[in-house]
Amino acid sequence: MPTTIKQPKQSARFMQGNEAIAEGALAAGIGFFAAYPITPANEISEAMARELPARGAVFIQMEDEIASMAAVIGASLGGLKAATATSGPGFSLMQEQIGYAVATEIPSVVIDVQRAGPSTGQPTFGAQGDVMQARWGTHGDHPIIVLSPSSVSECFALTVRAFNLAEKYRTPVILLADEVVGHMRERVSEFPVMEVVSRARPEVHPEWYFPYDNDLGDVPPLAAFGDGYRYHVTGLFHDKSGFPTQRIDEIDPWFERLFHKIEGNTDDIVEVSEEGTREAEIVLVSYGAAARSARHAMKMAAADGKRVGLLKLKTLWPLPEDRIKELARSAKGFIVVEMNRGQVRLDIERLAAGRAAVEGVHRFDGEMISPTSVLKAIEEF
Amino acid sequence: MAEKLPYIQDYLRSKKRFPTVWCPGCGIGIVAGGIIRGIDRLKLNKDEVAIVSGIGCTGRMPVYMDFNTVHTTHGRALAFATGLKLAKPSLKVIVLMGDGDALAIGGNHFIHACRRNLDLTAIIVNNNTYGMTGGQQSPTTLLGARSTNAPYGNIDQPFDTCFLAKAAGAAFVARTTTYHAGEMERLVARAISKKGFAVLEVLSQCPVFYGKMNRMPTAVEMMQWFRDNTSTQDVVGRIRRGVLVDREVPEYGDEYRKLVGSAQEQKDIRERKKSPATVRLAGPHEAVAVEHEESEKSAEVAKAVEVHGRK
Repeated sequence: MPTTIKQPKQSARFMQGNEAIAEGALAAGIGFFAAYPITPANEISEAMARELPARGAVFIQMEDEIASMAAVIGASLGGLKAATATSGPGFSLMQEQIGYAVATEIPSVVIDVQRAGPSTGQPTFGAQGDVMQARWGTHGDHPIIVLSPSSVSECFALTVRAFNLAEKYRTPVILLADEVVGHMRERVSEFPVMEVVSRARPEVHPEWYFPYDNDLGDVPPLAAFGDGYRYHVTGLFHDKSGFPTQRIDEIDPWFERLFHKIEGNTDDIVEVSEEGTREAEIVLVSYGAAARSARHAMKMAAADGKRVGLLKLKTLWPLPEDRIKELARSAKGFIVVEMNRGQVRLDIERLAAGRAAVEGVHRFDGEMISPTSVLKAIEEF
Repeated sequence: MAEKLPYIQDYLRSKKRFPTVWCPGCGIGIVAGGIIRGIDRLKLNKDEVAIVSGIGCTGRMPVYMDFNTVHTTHGRALAFATGLKLAKPSLKVIVLMGDGDALAIGGNHFIHACRRNLDLTAIIVNNNTYGMTGGQQSPTTLLGARSTNAPYGNIDQPFDTCFLAKAAGAAFVARTTTYHAGEMERLVARAISKKGFAVLEVLSQCPVFYGKMNRMPTAVEMMQWFRDNTSTQDVVGRIRRGVLVDREVPEYGDEYRKLVGSAQEQKDIRERKKSPATVRLAGPHEAVAVEHEESEKSAEVAKAVEVHGRK
């Protein structure tokens, strides 16, 4: 049920993205945080270790990232808002449990502060190589919500949003930050007062409670263990009671609802910010740290009299498909700016479907994309 | 058998979930019975019991039991249970795992759960094999035993579950077998009652895979083997049953709640330090709490309490 909480008044501060993520989690009402040390996400868990005990909430350092994600799901089943934070290697380890949270529809927030990879890569360098892993990292067909902040204040706001979406849609939400945004310090004025959403709890008699009832709309209420609703949770295909089933007539409607709750609510879930896209001949598509370079390049190009706009993806998955299709009709083309080999670009090409040209500025060696390299791509377009 | 019915009616999801997935002669049903009778001895409220399991034949146990039940991923049951117990300390959390689930894929979580000593009860059904996948060798398969993945005999040294739990720091460690059903029931009740991380290993039979491949093709032969090769005394050549470890170790949940208390206290003191005008006098418990602290930061805090206390 949505409630607005009052955040303490504060003057402008100079703070880091990771710190803002921690503040966002606190503002969203986090009750449980589990993690394993990893660069460049440590500042988040350190802030949690400092802040949560004093609030009577739980912080625990687990034995690895698999255990961290499992503990988060367990705590969420106990009724708390729960999250973990990690980076590439740890994110890889979490994938099986993320799929479990998708299938069992247990709200959870996974913060991945991306670093350069694959493998150990470069822990202190930024990159955006986990975009497709965030989408498809766990096995099997599944929907997912992924958000991507590009500034310190967005780190705060999108973390609150990640919790809200997780609770509202009973799903894991991935906050896909990156080392640049996570470690960058910026001056931030007062954080916005945001609506805070908590999961719907059942009000029916336990006899009539079905945690996966497809007839209750997209998102059936979720009871916490110990609240008097004794039910079963399993990663196997399950019926509306949560018991394993092999009946196609029970599996299919569940699958349909699982996808529909995300794909049918993109108006609510998908968030973009646009600058100058209406008049633009060239639309830059970017997100996270790379969007900062794209925006800078857009301004430089505008000074040269070029009609360039920016479509910044705050929600990475699902993509704003309809909007991209519209822009493919109004603009001449897209330049996708991202710190990987073109993980979002492939989807932009699919959505442009030949109606608009798609180019990319890509860099994945741990260095930032410079505004001048984006400007060069604009000039050569 | 009429006196057994109340167990079925009270604790099993008898209308919905039967027959079970287990093979004829499987020992897991006997263990499920032992667990339910153990819980019944303690007269626990069903709403306050959570059963967490992993993957495998044993992992299927909770679906038949009328508690808060969660069938998690392979090897991770203890990690899920850790989160659940910390989120809802009022729950009695019982974790059911097989030998492969607890000691191979979940081995890391197992030793760390022992070390952490959170108030969980881990019941490990050890049938020396991966039954669900057709009878491969597990970390407790004996040397020389055959499995579908060790057709020439197993050369991997097995784990002793109880020694491992003891060495890793569990507060309570016990062992029983499916032959000793009465003992099992008593040990289940004791393990659940123990405050701290309790491990109960139950030696169980898998006649269909492990037994057939190792010249004990029936449940009766395997259970007779448990009878003849185990003892509650230390006897050479016999596996020790009964309580092996029962010790007092600080329980993680209690320790965490103490930490919460001192964190809140320190936060209060920090805030009071910031605005001395609103200082309230430190209560005696605060002064006592900081006396035990040794770090430099705490010394500073103690000084602050002292100063404010004098006011």
